[in-house]
Amino acid sequence: MKIVVCIKQVPDTTEVKLDPETGTLIRKGVPSIINPDDKRGLEAALQLKDEFGAEVVVLTMGPPQADNALRESFGMGVDQAILLTDRAFAGSDTLATSHTLAAAIRKISPDLIIAGRQAIDGDTAQVGPQIAEHLNLPQVSYVFDLQKEDEKHLIVKRSFEDGSHRLRIKMPCLITTLSEMNTPRYMSVGKIFDAYREKKVEIWNLKDIDIETATLGLAGSPTKVQKSFTKSVKDKGVVYDDVSPKEAAKLIVDKLTEKYIL
Amino acid sequence: MNVKDYKGIFVFIEQRNSIIQKVSIELLGKGRELADELGVELTALFLGENIEDSSIDLIHYGADRVVFLDDEQLSIYTTEPYTQAMTAAIHDYKPEIVLIGATAVGRDLAPRVSARVETGLTADCTKLEIGENSNLWMTRPAFGGNIMATIICTEHRPQMSTVRPGVMKSLVKDTSRSGDIIRLDVQLEKNHLNVEVLEVIKEEKEKINIEDADVLVSGGRGVGSQGNYSILEVLADELKGTVSSSRAAVDSGWVDHDRQVGQTGKTVRPDMYFALGISGAIQHVAGMEESEFIIAVNKDGSAPIFDVSDLGIVGDLHKILPLLVDEVKHQREEQAQLVNA
Amino acid sequence: MDFNLDNEYDMLRTMYRDFSEQEVEPIAAEIDEEERFPAETVTKLAKFGLLGIPIPKEYGGEGADNLAYSMAVEELGRVCGTTSVIVSAHTSLCAVLILEFGTEEQKQKYLVPLAKGEKLGAFGLTEPNAGTDASAQQTTAIVDGEDYVLNGSKIFITNAGYADTYVVMAMTDKKMGTRGISAFIVEHDFPGFSIGKKEKKLGIRGSSTCELIFEDCRVPKENLLGKVGKGFSIAMKTLDGGRIGIASQALGIAQGAFDQTVNYVKERKQFGRALSKFQNTQFELADMNTKLEAARLLIYKAACKKDQRLPYSADAARAKLYAAEVAMEITTKAVQLHGGYGYIREYPIERMMRDAKITEIYEGTSEVQKMVIAADVL
Repeated sequence: MKIVVCIKQVPDTTEVKLDPETGTLIRKGVPSIINPDDKRGLEAALQLKDEFGAEVVVLTMGPPQADNALRESFGMGVDQAILLTDRAFAGSDTLATSHTLAAAIRKISPDLIIAGRQAIDGDTAQVGPQIAEHLNLPQVSYVFDLQKEDEKHLIVKRSFEDGSHRLRIKMPCLITTLSEMNTPRYMSVGKIFDAYREKKVEIWNLKDIDIETATLGLAGSPTKVQKSFTKSVKDKGVVYDDVSPKEAAKLIVDKLTEKYIL
Repeated sequence: MNVKDYKGIFVFIEQRNSIIQKVSIELLGKGRELADELGVELTALFLGENIEDSSIDLIHYGADRVVFLDDEQLSIYTTEPYTQAMTAAIHDYKPEIVLIGATAVGRDLAPRVSARVETGLTADCTKLEIGENSNLWMTRPAFGGNIMATIICTEHRPQMSTVRPGVMKSLVKDTSRSGDIIRLDVQLEKNHLNVEVLEVIKEEKEKINIEDADVLVSGGRGVGSQGNYSILEVLADELKGTVSSSRAAVDSGWVDHDRQVGQTGKTVRPDMYFALGISGAIQHVAGMEESEFIIAVNKDGSAPIFDVSDLGIVGDLHKILPLLVDEVKHQREEQAQLVNA
Repeated sequence: MDFNLDNEYDMLRTMYRDFSEQEVEPIAAEIDEEERFPAETVTKLAKFGLLGIPIPKEYGGEGADNLAYSMAVEELGRVCGTTSVIVSAHTSLCAVLILEFGTEEQKQKYLVPLAKGEKLGAFGLTEPNAGTDASAQQTTAIVDGEDYVLNGSKIFITNAGYADTYVVMAMTDKKMGTRGISAFIVEHDFPGFSIGKKEKKLGIRGSSTCELIFEDCRVPKENLLGKVGKGFSIAMKTLDGGRIGIASQALGIAQGAFDQTVNYVKERKQFGRALSKFQNTQFELADMNTKLEAARLLIYKAACKKDQRLPYSADAARAKLYAAEVAMEITTKAVQLHGGYGYIREYPIERMMRDAKITEIYEGTSEVQKMVIAADVL
């Protein structure tokens, strides 16, 4: 069984701060991590490898620095890592990204494609399902449980707001994984060492995949950013720094009465 | 596709067990506003089984007409039949804008349709407005909620957008409204893309709906433990509110995920939001900053929560809360006496 | 001279830190309070290769190096002195010992399970009358048929009672002095071998420190480690490596105390401002930070020299001497900077100070380290 896991290296947006003077993002020094939902996907694939001897290929589309995420994947135990990178991909929105990834995946020809539900920088949750459409494959998103039924089928549990479905899906297929799905394993020491000394990251450029250039990059993106801005600062509220708990309680109750909550 | 051929606004109406979901009504409210501004028709696209009779509600909530498909393949949501139906509707009616609720269903369906139709999709929009050249300007949080981006889709149609529940406002139901209810002309075909639903599992526990609460008492890492949550529950009870939390508390296992406020949780706009022991990381703030009034208690004076709170107290919530609960009880007794007097 | 660590070390540190903070820290206070050996952690350590870091893959290890190993001990020590020494004693004093001095058969039989973390290791040298003067061994090993028969006792043995494999020194020929001491591999269930009293300690209270008792304990001849009479030399060489481990543990404990203190002084307010705004606090932190960096460099140098197969004994002694003393100093300062809160068990700081003390004592006291360094200099 061959599995492709799509991962994205993202800035850890929980660590990003706003520069109070300029109002812009401080991107410097923000650590890069494997997108959390994708890491669950990696863990799901590695569990299938542990249990059934599946082959796990990790694929990422990104700048050269995305190499880190691939090394981390080796540290967790994947068999093969591919970095899909080319200037021609720059400026891609989700549709163009999904076309590019789909072209690479077509070349690998897996039984199962796993993508994380959404990335913490883009937050769109679109690329996975769009890849499935381009590859003409069945999809199930929001998966929190995955079992192999037989050589051709998977049984998955898919989450909704008010419950879940248990489904049978035929391979080849694509699923997107939720962060509640599992707890990703730590990398192991020997595999980290090997990740940088024994293992090789394969680099695929535009010339290595079969794709129409019209679907690439900025030109191939139906959506464009018209502008971006930081949210306007709200009118500053009042902060009491030096009140006793009793005084604090009184202040709050006064406000609650004023606002007709009490 | 020729942009000029596309006219009108479609709102996808999501239903579960034939019950129309609130987010769809909210989107009809926004759709009505956009349609009026553009001078075009607002259509509700209603897919499901046994839904024809409730279509009229959609007219009452602002749609000019309803295009529906009643089919047993649509009774339980799976990607392929819904994608076929929506794609057919888009091809037949050529709407310039399609709005979909950003729910577990919407976020599965919308990208699939957008790829099948080869158009642009913008997710989790918090603001929709008509801009230059009658294009839709879709504003959404990006970079984990740290910045806002306005997205446009100028050369492709329809312009597709998903919107989270609780962001837009529904219109008041107007039973005097009337409009056409039309059956969508498409034959859904089973194919290799279909998946098999083996079991539908309803959540046993009572679903906590923090989005409906007027008062939220929210606890974060500063609460310290599961046991310490009980004082928050008492306060919530006294104020007729609900307990919610930041992601930290959910990750620590003190509360269920359905109480989580924030980027990966729910967006709320209560009248009163208590942020207790919550640092105010942007991922949390993004989910509650539209609250009418925010009261924050945190022992760290430099916590970012104080940048968004209306009333901030730097102090120990473990000391303040018991006293607060007493004060509240005291106040309510006084008020009860006044009423009785 | 490039002081930048290669990528794999950065990634290792990330893994060690994540593991320590998520798996080890949550129970650190509890195992100290209850004097409980964290058996569940040992299982987790094994799973991710943390019990066989510098052991070659062909013997079941991770095939990494001494620098990688020392960083692991450091990061574990940053959250829990006990867990750190469990790994250090097992790896440096048992697994590496067998790697460097064992026969191929001994390596296959004993090293592989140790490296995989399936079995835990320990080292028995110290006796009631043989501490700093380790050569005053009174435990004896007499040949009897196909076995050696051991009689005597060892004290203060780390991992005792939980280890499966013990490397024990015993006197095979009293007349030969230090050259009459030999090393043996003893399994926990050999007849005549028992675990005695468990010690109650000032610090690293979760670490199991017990007496080993040998009463006509039969050890098969093939379990002689190295040549007869080479035991003392083996022990001393092993302790050189062990020193890097303990130095790393000390550094980790000190770093942990430092990190806690930095957070505390930013939050704690007195006289209307945070403690971090007072120059006294700032100067203390600057001092602590400098010493931490100095200790780190000494340790990494010793580890790298061992990896490069250069003589490293004096480097290891310097690292251990300095890191241990600095750990005691920094943790004590850390308690002071926390004021009253530093003294109560609700905060981890007092445990760190208690844990730091032992690093000046075991695996060669500071005085022994000075002897080694002086001998190297003169």
